[in-house]
Amino acid sequence: MTGATESYELDVDGRALPVAAAWLGESLLYVLRERLGLPGAKNACEQGECGSCSIFLDDVLVNACCVLAADATDARIRTVEGFGDADHLSDVQAAFLGTGAVQCGFCTPGLILAVHDLLDQVPDPTGLEVREAISGNLCRCTGYGRILQAVEEVKATRSGASGPRGESP
Amino acid sequence: MSTGTEVRPGTRSGLGQSVRRPDGTPKVTGTFAFSSDLFARGMLWGRTLRSPHPAARIRSIDTSIAERMPGVASVLTARDVPGRPTYGLEHADQPVFASETVRFQGEPIAVVAAEHPELALRAVAAIEVDYEVVTPLTDAEAAIGAAPIHPDGNVFRHLHLRHGDLDAVGAVSVEGSYEVGMQDQAFLGPESGLAIPVDDGGVELFISTQWLHVDRDQVAACLGLPPERVHLTLSGIGGAFGAREDVSLQVHVCLLALRTGRPVKMLYSREESFHGHVHRHPARLWYRHHADPDGRLVKVEARIVLDGGAYASSSTAVIGNAVCFAAGPYRVPNADVDGWAVRTNNPPCGAMRGFGAVQVCFGHEAQMDRLAAALAMDPVELRLRNALAPGDELPTGQVITGTAPVREVIEAAMALEPPPLAATDPPADGTMDLPGGAGLTATRADVVRGTGLAVGFKNLMYSEGFDDASTANVRVELDHRGEPLATVHCAAAEVGQGFVTLAQQIVRSVLGVEQVALRPADTTIGSAGSTSASRQTWMSGGAVELACLAVAEALAERAGYGGGAPDEVLDLDVVELLREGPIDRTRAHHHPPTEPLDEDGQGDAHVSFAFAAHRAVVDVDPELGLVKVRHIATGQDVGRALNPQAVIGQIEGGIAQGLGLAVMEEMLLEDGRLRNPSFTDYLIPTALDMPPVTATLIEQPEPGAPFGAKGVGEPPTISSTPAIVAAIRAATGLELPRIPVRPEHIALAEA
Ligand code: FES
Ligand code: FES
Repeated sequence: MTGATESYELDVDGRALPVAAAWLGESLLYVLRERLGLPGAKNACEQGECGSCSIFLDDVLVNACCVLAADATDARIRTVEGFGDADHLSDVQAAFLGTGAVQCGFCTPGLILAVHDLLDQVPDPTGLEVREAISGNLCRCTGYGRILQAVEEVKATRSGASGPRGESP
Repeated sequence: MSTGTEVRPGTRSGLGQSVRRPDGTPKVTGTFAFSSDLFARGMLWGRTLRSPHPAARIRSIDTSIAERMPGVASVLTARDVPGRPTYGLEHADQPVFASETVRFQGEPIAVVAAEHPELALRAVAAIEVDYEVVTPLTDAEAAIGAAPIHPDGNVFRHLHLRHGDLDAVGAVSVEGSYEVGMQDQAFLGPESGLAIPVDDGGVELFISTQWLHVDRDQVAACLGLPPERVHLTLSGIGGAFGAREDVSLQVHVCLLALRTGRPVKMLYSREESFHGHVHRHPARLWYRHHADPDGRLVKVEARIVLDGGAYASSSTAVIGNAVCFAAGPYRVPNADVDGWAVRTNNPPCGAMRGFGAVQVCFGHEAQMDRLAAALAMDPVELRLRNALAPGDELPTGQVITGTAPVREVIEAAMALEPPPLAATDPPADGTMDLPGGAGLTATRADVVRGTGLAVGFKNLMYSEGFDDASTANVRVELDHRGEPLATVHCAAAEVGQGFVTLAQQIVRSVLGVEQVALRPADTTIGSAGSTSASRQTWMSGGAVELACLAVAEALAERAGYGGGAPDEVLDLDVVELLREGPIDRTRAHHHPPTEPLDEDGQGDAHVSFAFAAHRAVVDVDPELGLVKVRHIATGQDVGRALNPQAVIGQIEGGIAQGLGLAVMEEMLLEDGRLRNPSFTDYLIPTALDMPPVTATLIEQPEPGAPFGAKGVGEPPTISSTPAIVAAIRAATGLELPRIPVRPEHIALAEA
C-alpha cells in the first residue's frame, strides 16, 4: 500500500507508546496526532514554518512536522499534553488564560511550549528576546500583545519565587 | 517591554468584565478538538485533485488507474454529483468539480478517499486529466469588456453611486490612483472536516465554518438531499477572518462519505488552503477629491475595480461596501463613485475582515493626506474638520442615527506622545529592532522615522435589505446539586473571537445564573447568521439576551407577577421557582430592516457603523527599503466594551493583519498562477514584526444595540494599513500608491 511499514515504540510524556505497522514516511506530528491520539501539537503548515507543531525532543524544542517518527525512537518526546491538565495548569498555561492570550487557540500549544523553553533557559529575557524567541510561532488572531503580556506575568511570578517551576501560580 | 495597554483583570463573570474563555483550558492543554483533530473509527482520508492551470478546457479525465490502486475506496468527479452541480454564497455559479472548463488555478477536478493520507495523495497524482490550456483573463479592467469566461458574464456587479451636485467642484482638487494586492486570511487551522454517513441516507458533517446553515443548504442542494437529512455540527475552528464563509471541502467530503458508506476526513495542506478558499479582493482605485479653501470637502469622485476572480462568492456585497464607504468617515455633500466587481481567471475572492472597506480606506486616506498637502494644512486638522458626526448624511443619503465618534477616535489616536527618537531609539546597530529585523542589515545612521494617521469605518451586520437574524435557546433548570444551571444553544460560529464567553456573560448578567453551559453549535436550532460583518455580538448576543428575557418573564410569572417583571428577576428566588421544572425559551433577534441601494447607490442600506483611527510610527531604511513599524496608537468606537480584554485582543489581532497588508502580505500572481502558496513565501507578521499597541476604547453606547455594544473585529484592520503607509510616506517622501509596500518600492523609487 503506502510502502515499507514497521512497528516501533515512542517515549512520549514518560510513557512508552507502541506504534503498529506504520508507514516509515510518517512525520512525528502525524504519528502523535493520528496514531497515538495526541492532537495537542497542531498542523498549520507541515513545512517547518509556523511552530504550531512544537514539541520537545530530548529537551530541544523542534517542529514535529519536520521529524520522521521512526527516527525518534531513541528520543524523549514531550508534548503539550504532558505539560499540564485542566487541574494542574503550568504557570505559562495559566498566564495565557488570564491575560487573554488565547483566541482561536490553534497556535496556543506551540506557543506554550516555546515560552516554557525560553523562560527555562533565560529566566529574565528582555522584550526583544521574548519577541525573538516566539517569532517562530505564528499567531494569526492575537497580534501577540496578550501573549507577550502572559510572558511578562510568568516572568514576574517566577522572579517572585512563589512555588516551584511549572506549577500554577 | 510594555504593550501600553491596560486590561482590567478577569475576576468577575458578567458583562463589562474581562471574563475568561470557557474553552480556554482545553485550548492551553491541547485537548480542544479542532476540526483537524477529529477522528472516527474506520475513517478514510479524502484528498482533492486541483487544476494546475488558471484557464483550460478539459478534454478528458481518466480515473481508472487511481480507482484500481489498493487502499483507494472512491474517486469522484463532476458526474458523481447527484444534486445541483454548482454552489455559491449569493449566486450558485461555482462548480463542485470542474468538468469542461477550468476557471482558476486550483479549481477542484476530482476527489479521492483512501485508507491513508499518503495513498490519497498518490491516487490524486494517478488521475489523468487532458487539458487544453487557454490564455487566462487576468486583468480586471479588461475583464469588464472582454468575452465572458462564464455563462453568467464577467461583471458580478456594477454600482454607480451618485449623490448631490455632480457638477460641483472645489477650489482645490487632488487626484490619485492606488492599488491593493490580494491578501489571504491565512488562518492557522487549515480547512478540515469529518463526514459520517447516517442510516437514513443522510450525512452528518463536523466542520469548521463561519455559517453552519448556509453551508448546510449548499451541501444539501449539491447532494440532492432535503436539508433535514444533512446535519452540521461546528467543530473547533482555527481562525476564519472571512475565509470560512464559503464552502470549501464540505460538499466533497460528504459525497465521499455517502459514496463509500464510511466516515471520511479531509484536511487541506497549507498549500491547498491557499487554493481552497476565497481571498481579499485586489483593487484598483482612482480618486479625485475636491475641497474649499479651508479644507471642507466639496465632492469625492472615485472609480473602484475589484477583481473577484473566477466565481461570485460575496463579490456583490463587497463592491457594495466599497462604494458605500469609498469617501471615508467624512461629510461629503457630493459624490460620484463608480464601482465594479468583475470575474477573471484569478483565484476567487470574497470575504475578508474589513470587507470592501479596507481597499477604499487605503485610497481615501492617501487622498486626505494629499489634500492636506495641497491645502498646506495639518492632515489631522483636515480630518477633524470633515469628521462625520451623528445626524450627518452619508453619500448614500442615509443619515447616521446612531453614534459616530469620529472626532473622538482621531483625538484618542493622536493623544499619546509618539515614542521618542532618543539615543536608544531607533535601537543600536546589530539589534533586531532595526528595519530588516533578524537580517541585521540596516544601519542606524540611515534610519528615518515617519508618523501617519488614518481613519476608517464600515457597517455592522448585513446590509441592503438582508435580514440576517439570529436564533438562541436558553434553558434554565436545577442541576444534580440543586443549583441553577443555564444552558445556551445557538448556532453562532465561535472562530476565536469569544462569542462563547459573551454568551455566558449575558446569561449571568440578565438572569443572575452563574453556571452557564453551552451546547455545541449545530443545525438542530435555527440559523445564527454568519460570524462575519462584526455582527455576532449584536445579533446572536441579542438573541441570547431575548431568550434570557423570555426565561425571566416565565420565572416572574411563576412567582406571580402577572404581566411579567423581567427587570426584577435578579431578586427572585430562582431555585425555588425552578423546583417546578425547567424553563426553556427560544427567541430570534432581527436588526431593524434596511433597504437595497437604488440605481444611484442611494438608500438606508446599513444598520450601524463602527469607526476607528490609527496613528503609526515607522522607522525606514530608505537605502535598503526596509520598514519597521515602531508603534501603533488607536482610538476605536466600541459602543460598550462587554469584555475589555477580548476587545483589546480583537484590536491587536486586527492591527496585525492590517500591518501585514501594509508591508508584507500578498498572494503573488503571474498569469493567474499563485507563486507563493506557503508560509515560507507568504509572510504574515511574527512577534518581531508587531509593534506595541496603545488602544483607547471610545465607549458611547449605540442606541438599539444589545447592551449598547458595537462589533469590534473589523475596524482595526481597516485604517491600520493606510496609517502605516502614510508613516512610510512621511519618512521617505515617496508616493507609494500600492500595497503591500515592498523594499523595492522604497529602495528603487525614483527620487
Ligand atoms: S506544522 Fe510544523 S512548523 Fe508548521
Ligand atoms: S489564537 Fe488563533 S492563531 Fe493564535
